[in-house]
Amino acid sequence: MLKDFFSISWNSMKKRKLRSWLTLLGIFIGIAAVVSLISLGDGLRTAITGQFNSLSADTLIVQNAETGFGPPGSTAIKKLNEHDLKLIEDVNGVIMTIPKLLRMVKLDFNKASSFSYVTNLPEEKEKMDFIYENMNIETESGRLLTGTDKGKVLLGNDIANSETYGKKIKVGNKITLQGKEFEVVGILAKSSSFQTNLVILMLDRDMKDLLDIPKDEIDFIIVRAESKDKVETISENIKRVLRKDRNEKLGEEDFTVQTPLQALGAINTILNIINIVVIGIAAISLLIGGIGIANTMYTSVLERKKEIGTMKAIGAKNADILKIFVIESGLFGLIGGITGAGFGLLLSYIVSTIANNYFGETILAFNISWTLLIGAILFSFLIGILAGLIPSYRASKLKPVDALRG
Amino acid sequence: MPKLKIQKNHVDEIIRLENLCKRYRMGESVVQAVCEVNLGINKGEFVAIVGPSGSGKSTMMNMVGALDLASQGDIFLDGIDIEHLAESRLAQIRGRRIGFIFQTFNLIPTLNAVENVALPMIFQGIPRWKRIERAKKLLNEVKLSHRMYHLPNELSGGERQRVAIARALANDPEVILADEPTGNLDSKTGEEIMNMFMELNKQGKTIIMITHDPNLAKKARRVIKLKDGKIIK
Repeated sequence: MLKDFFSISWNSMKKRKLRSWLTLLGIFIGIAAVVSLISLGDGLRTAITGQFNSLSADTLIVQNAETGFGPPGSTAIKKLNEHDLKLIEDVNGVIMTIPKLLRMVKLDFNKASSFSYVTNLPEEKEKMDFIYENMNIETESGRLLTGTDKGKVLLGNDIANSETYGKKIKVGNKITLQGKEFEVVGILAKSSSFQTNLVILMLDRDMKDLLDIPKDEIDFIIVRAESKDKVETISENIKRVLRKDRNEKLGEEDFTVQTPLQALGAINTILNIINIVVIGIAAISLLIGGIGIANTMYTSVLERKKEIGTMKAIGAKNADILKIFVIESGLFGLIGGITGAGFGLLLSYIVSTIANNYFGETILAFNISWTLLIGAILFSFLIGILAGLIPSYRASKLKPVDALRG
Repeated sequence: MPKLKIQKNHVDEIIRLENLCKRYRMGESVVQAVCEVNLGINKGEFVAIVGPSGSGKSTMMNMVGALDLASQGDIFLDGIDIEHLAESRLAQIRGRRIGFIFQTFNLIPTLNAVENVALPMIFQGIPRWKRIERAKKLLNEVKLSHRMYHLPNELSGGERQRVAIARALANDPEVILADEPTGNLDSKTGEEIMNMFMELNKQGKTIIMITHDPNLAKKARRVIKLKDGKIIK
């Protein structure tokens, strides 16, 4: 019987083409806005959290307080040193420490020059592998560095493909860093993290020689915890040990210990606020779409009074009339939802493609969320039904004799 | 709900009106559309109801067809007092026991002939294949087998009224109520429709028809004249 009511409702929608299209347009725009905005918001989140992917959940970063802007750790007044490294290594639960340097260098190639970040790779195989694995470092061409690759470098994808040098830098090319020649042995694959795309990797020894960095100077320390559950405890322990060593009070530290969760948490809070605002705007357009459906259903009931009376005269119960009209308004929601969701996805795909082309990076990741799609369609269906409830109820309660008068 | 009154004494009576009144409020004044009507109609009768406009014909017909409630009095359909039934029971009675035919045909414009005829059967929960089969058979009987898939606006007035007759017969009701069925038709077509009613009456259907065409009224076996809401003959 429901199936028959569906075809009655469907026929009625088909008959009133223009009005049905306009009604659909209202809910279509609302759903398209919701889907594209949420989808873009998700993309933003994916892209931003992708930047943090270079740190896995079981890693901490220790660095000294900064004095200004620059690569992390490089502007600290008092540098971290081997003594600090030793202290941290001895903290219970720490299974690996990697001293890191991150500096700017001048890169000359093909008679052009520009500045770029350079960072050191530890020479021990275990630590080197950990960096490769945790920063998702893979080569697009060439190979990764090993502990014996003195005078050789890996280039981030954006450096290699930069237009600054007039031609692309390829594996086997020689580049000049601060006046010293290095051989490129690998180009990194494009990463979701811009840090990885814009960095030159070389062995620790090479970097210290090149930039004249004292042997025990450290910009920041990557600490690997025994397990990700212990990250917070270990973070507290490292702070306590360093405070004691430096004779500092709680809250007056000249160093920071950052866990990936802390950083992500702060960013997620911001993203959530953005998402709420965006969804709020989209919800307004959905509400208007719903009002459009209610309006259409009201006119439809008025216009079809005689039809309602006839159906009652030939045996339709109030509940039957209610169903026919609710199905019709539900169909508005459903069809508007399906087309709107499809269009919303298309829109977010176009926007993310344009944004990514323009910025040359993965600023907005495009991904299809089935939960979002199905949720939006169901929600739209529900809005259609809700918007149609009161008009349909009124239709069902019409007295047959009054309805027949039209 | 008040206890149902069951009438047993008039065995052959399918419809009985007792002290039936219908009053409307029109602003300050109250209009008496039907007043103190007592009437019995037997199974298989063909009754024409005549009278000038405003005499209460349609009002009475609407109450008999359970489309409207009386202000006073009772209507018995096959012994059951329909004035005290719930709306869903009334819908059931309208659907199963009464077939309505209107002056303006009242077909659903978005449904084709077969679908229109099958519509009353949907509300009775009859399976689709059965409905379609019966709708086609009925359309065949009213000689519209060549127009089955046409929409109402593609049919002539006479054809539309024949679709409406087929629809009225869909659930095989005992009583056919026709409110000026030929009012919107030319006299030749009107006569064809009238002949169809007479044929149905021969098959045993009780027919109550409102008309103001004296020639058509003559063909009915019994004529009831209404004036100012009262039966005058």
